[in-house]
Amino acid sequence: MTTATPRSGPKPAPPPGRPATVARTETPRVDAVAGARVDAVPMTGAQSLVRSLEEVGCEVVFGIPGGTILPAYDPLLDSTKVRHVLVRHEQGAGHAATGYAQATGKVGVCMATSGPGATNLVTPLADAHMDSIPVVAITGQQSRALIGTDAFQEADITGITMPITKHNMLVIDAREIPRAIAEAFHLASTGRPGPVLVDIPKDVLQEHTTFSWPPELQLPGYRPTTRPHGKQIREAAKLITTARQPVLYVGGGVLKAEASAELLALAELTGIPVVTTLMARGAFPDSHRQHVGMPGMHGTVAAVAAMQRSDLLIALGARFDDRVTGQLNSFAPHAQVVHADIDPAEISKNRRADVPIVGDAKEVIVELIDAVTAERAAHPPADLTGWWAFLDDLRANFALGYDWPADGSLSPQYVIERIGAIAGPDALYTAGVGQHQMWAAQFIRYEKPRTWLNSGGLGTMGFAVPAAMGAKMAVPDAVVWCIDGDGCFQMTNQELATCAIENIPIKVAIINNGNLGMVRQWQNLFYAGRYSNTDLGTHKHRIPDFKLLAEAMGCVGLRAESKEDVDRVINQAMAINDQPVVIDFVVGADAQVWPMVAAGTGNDEIMAARGIRPLFDGDELITDTATIAALTAEVTADAAAEGAGNVRRGQR
Amino acid sequence: MMQRHTLSVLVENTPGVLARVSGLFSRRGFNIESLAVGPTENPDVSRMTIVVAVEDFPLEQVTKQLNKLIHVIKIVELEPAQSVQRQVLLVKVRADPTVRSQVLEIVELFRARAIDVTPESLTIEATGTAEKIAALLKNLEPYGIREMVQSGTIAVGRGPRSITATAVR
Repeated sequence: MTTATPRSGPKPAPPPGRPATVARTETPRVDAVAGARVDAVPMTGAQSLVRSLEEVGCEVVFGIPGGTILPAYDPLLDSTKVRHVLVRHEQGAGHAATGYAQATGKVGVCMATSGPGATNLVTPLADAHMDSIPVVAITGQQSRALIGTDAFQEADITGITMPITKHNMLVIDAREIPRAIAEAFHLASTGRPGPVLVDIPKDVLQEHTTFSWPPELQLPGYRPTTRPHGKQIREAAKLITTARQPVLYVGGGVLKAEASAELLALAELTGIPVVTTLMARGAFPDSHRQHVGMPGMHGTVAAVAAMQRSDLLIALGARFDDRVTGQLNSFAPHAQVVHADIDPAEISKNRRADVPIVGDAKEVIVELIDAVTAERAAHPPADLTGWWAFLDDLRANFALGYDWPADGSLSPQYVIERIGAIAGPDALYTAGVGQHQMWAAQFIRYEKPRTWLNSGGLGTMGFAVPAAMGAKMAVPDAVVWCIDGDGCFQMTNQELATCAIENIPIKVAIINNGNLGMVRQWQNLFYAGRYSNTDLGTHKHRIPDFKLLAEAMGCVGLRAESKEDVDRVINQAMAINDQPVVIDFVVGADAQVWPMVAAGTGNDEIMAARGIRPLFDGDELITDTATIAALTAEVTADAAAEGAGNVRRGQR
Repeated sequence: MMQRHTLSVLVENTPGVLARVSGLFSRRGFNIESLAVGPTENPDVSRMTIVVAVEDFPLEQVTKQLNKLIHVIKIVELEPAQSVQRQVLLVKVRADPTVRSQVLEIVELFRARAIDVTPESLTIEATGTAEKIAALLKNLEPYGIREMVQSGTIAVGRGPRSITATAVR
């Protein structure tokens, strides 16, 4: 299709060959059919940008206009395919794009002006980079002649974001815009996904140019490997079949590869226990018998023990993050490692892999299923009965749980558990960073992929509200719950105004313990209870009053302060679908996240609760389950005699 | 064991590519001993020769991380035995008429060249391996080195094959 036909409007299209005028009603357009060819249609750089976004299938842009990006906002006004959501802060735009991408796997797009607009995107770009989220950021830049002169609102954003993007580019020729956008989307969404920033000077946006589609990608240095090596697969299958204490260590890559169904098939074929990392919650159903929990610093005892006592870790799209491994030299000391990842640089980065496999998680798992099936047909697989008995014992003795605060205040874990129970496994859940995030990872049952969105690698406080906004835009029919802390919420709650005005009815649960809870927990445990600068005053002074704040921003504001209130307000929130809802759950300040592997210690020292180290007795590692059970009974009895919950211990 | 490795890196000839490569080295904590960059037979491609001092295991990380840069097309490690490696040195030595002939003798010995001469100084150009350049400098030192400048190492594999035919990490 090469004819330039006006989409609509009273004015006729300019004759062919005549440069389009800036007036947008004269913009020649072709009804974009996927894959349709467009040849050299005259338009401005800005029009070419919007047109390119339409062609790559971008549906939503989160952003804020400003001086240098202004030309792009003019044709954006006319686009029927791209909806722009005007956010209140560029950080919100970035996290919203991330939430959108995490909920769907599609590329999330954010837009900002040069200088401060662009630098406000730094945090969400770093966040998306750490968690491998496909995001494209488009920033305005000062005009070419002014670059390097410290012009107004000039910032070297490609230089600034070099270490925190998968790639970035400065477009210095309007003819290059379609190719830049196509490459940005391709880079963001293929291989190991990640953020890509496209910086476009204002005069390039204003320039008259021509638009052709599709552009030819010029990425000679970019060839991600998705297909695993057959020999490595067979090698892995052999180990998988003979291992006596194997664990499937599942990371976020499985979600990105849409490989949940395949993972389930592999797990059920082999009967191997599965652990899902913080980034992979929902990749494997929590309700499944083989799921032993989340590993890592606040993982379940069974999941951590499974890895520590394992003789074979099968890592799928996971990166041996320090929050999972604890002290690296004591991590899973007896395990051989099969490490499958799409990024070769992750393999053997932290832990040497015995069988490295570079490839897309889905292709890897599909081939593993075939290879393991063949292997099992040839040799009887190892008996996992003893392994499961060990893990089942740990599961029974150290199930996730919590104590009610001794001061009669509301238990934060209970609130989160109830939200999960009432909203169910079809809802989407976002979280900020801290105690509430860990509780949300622990006490909500995730059954489906892409239902748990959080900031894992960077640990970005303030992620939850804008991410929920993006997720709700991506999946409008889903119930989206934002589980936030009172600290996190005060970092990005301005986007509630966006949600109210743009009709994005998210539900926000503020787990308000009046403090920077996780920091306070560390101060309690490691700084002798000296609470330096962690009291936010949201309890003491009720500043801000979250209920009133919510109402001021056009949301429904609710509050719950006792156990009896909890179900009622959650159900109330569930019944409201035309407005964002914010619930201030006023919870106890002293609740702590358990289990815990203290930073810098080995995973064997995991504490099920304060002072209880199920895998460790003095200098002796405990490996037999009878001792563990006996010790547990003893410790539990002691705790009962003391009459102390976590909270009381915390108040000492 | 710390070892010196010479990496030949083919990169797209685009602005900022040097910053991407050098930035990667500094933020991942890898040390660059020398870096030389210039055009190749293909105008779209530049070639960097990077000498790094790392242990074997981190070297794998260096090449893997470099490979992740979109503008990096190919990385080849050049083993000293299978490659020719050269540096260029320009050095200004104090050389009044009393010692000039001695200095020139050293220049001759190292197959270097005198490229500028004044009554009190001699400027010498030398090409060679890092070891040869170091030896030359050691011999010139007693006369007084007034100024010197040195290029990074550049290297090319021996034999008829070009880098595109060599194993890539």
